[in-house]
Amino acid sequence: MKARIALVLGSVSAALVALIIASPRVIAADKIDPAADAKAFQNFFFQKFPDVKREDFVNGPYSMNADMKRQWQEKEEFPPYEFALDAGKEMFATPFRNGKSYADCFPNGGIGIRQNYPYFDEKEGKVVTLELALNRCREANGEQPYSYVKDEMASLTAYMAFTSRGKPMDIRIPDDPRALAAFENGKRYFYTRRGQMNFSCASCHVQSPGERIRAEILAPALGILNAMPIYRSEWSGMGTTSRRFVTCNSQTRAVPLEPQADEYRDVEYFLSYVANGLPISGPGARP
Amino acid sequence: MASSIRVRAISNGDITEVQTLIQHPMDTGLVKDAKGELIPAHFIQQLTFECNGKDVFVADWGTAISKDPYVKFSFKGARKGDDLKISWTDNKGGSDTITAKIA
Amino acid sequence: MKRSLPLAMLLALSLAPAASAANEADYKAAYTAAEAASREAAGMRNQWTVTVSALAAAKRAADGGDFDRATTAAKEAEALAKASIFQAMSEKEAWKAMEIR
Repeated sequence: MKARIALVLGSVSAALVALIIASPRVIAADKIDPAADAKAFQNFFFQKFPDVKREDFVNGPYSMNADMKRQWQEKEEFPPYEFALDAGKEMFATPFRNGKSYADCFPNGGIGIRQNYPYFDEKEGKVVTLELALNRCREANGEQPYSYVKDEMASLTAYMAFTSRGKPMDIRIPDDPRALAAFENGKRYFYTRRGQMNFSCASCHVQSPGERIRAEILAPALGILNAMPIYRSEWSGMGTTSRRFVTCNSQTRAVPLEPQADEYRDVEYFLSYVANGLPISGPGARP
Repeated sequence: MASSIRVRAISNGDITEVQTLIQHPMDTGLVKDAKGELIPAHFIQQLTFECNGKDVFVADWGTAISKDPYVKFSFKGARKGDDLKISWTDNKGGSDTITAKIA
Repeated sequence: MKRSLPLAMLLALSLAPAASAANEADYKAAYTAAEAASREAAGMRNQWTVTVSALAAAKRAADGGDFDRATTAAKEAEALAKASIFQAMSEKEAWKAMEIR
């Protein structure tokens, strides 16, 4: 730590050289092995929290705190996301001006498929998220795209998540070097420190789940996207996965990337894949 | 148009348990919109639950109540099948009402 | 706990010598340097919010004629931008230390 302080006050290049020499153990990843990564990821949390039932991890902070869980279960009798859910159902069923509808863009008419997103599109060579697919569906049918962070996008994804509730997350990584690279990129993004606060996603969600950051109890990273989209009391409204990535960035004082930036798509891919097998619990309610 | 009031009233012996979720912006009048202009205050001022001709719960609300408020309470003296009438009025002259059967 | 970076920033700023009255030329030089570093950080997709606000504060102060404050803010913005560049560079390898294996 002392070395680091001295280095920052010195020149950047000298610091860089010194850091590389003094760097912590660096293990080169020769072969990208998502299955091994997922197994290690899940085992880490299962071992760290042996009293938490595996399916319960998808309930975020509620799996970490009994009192919060009780309050949440009471609220689930009459959840705050009900209005968005109903709005989403109606929106989903309403045809576009050209007569087509969302059902025409998705397998199985868009019902009960949320657990397959994101997927790797081999034609495009990139990760496609549910939010991205919905806006592409709109644009392909002559409609304006929605904002990625809230309102209509949140309502639509809430409905689609609801039709998949209980189904296990089921993300595929084809044996394609681009897909493997996307997975690895997402993993790298997850563990990289950013912002003036110098936090990575892992700083909070791997190192400190169940502990507090200010007044909030931190959720474990395992299954953290399974409840998306969420009604957050902090937002007094719904927010999508995009919204959460953007706000997490700014909370660590990093300027956020654009919603659906490659890094965000890839980290969603990574986080969803390592939660394979855990149930979809969305839409969710969070503090 | 769908009601802004969702209600679930369950009879449990002598006690009726009521839960309500009301869709309302509950704007405080202190928040600015994207253009930098204040969003005018728009909030429920009175919420009333009436059963068998009597008021069983009356709330006088102001701007401190959150958006889409949720209320939960219990009261005595009603039975399964009785009507529970819920109404609210807001500071802009808006209102809504719904009647639900106690289950 | 890797608190070194923000701690280092705090230290660097508090140890900075008090600037004697700065003029517009000083400010312009400081702002140019800060802007360049900020652009580099943005190019690495690792811009800090505080860098952006420090730069904006510098410009605002200069527009108001307060070149002392403007120069200080510009220098702070440059330091922040450089720290974010350092972070991006070191994290290229350092992230692996946090990975669950």
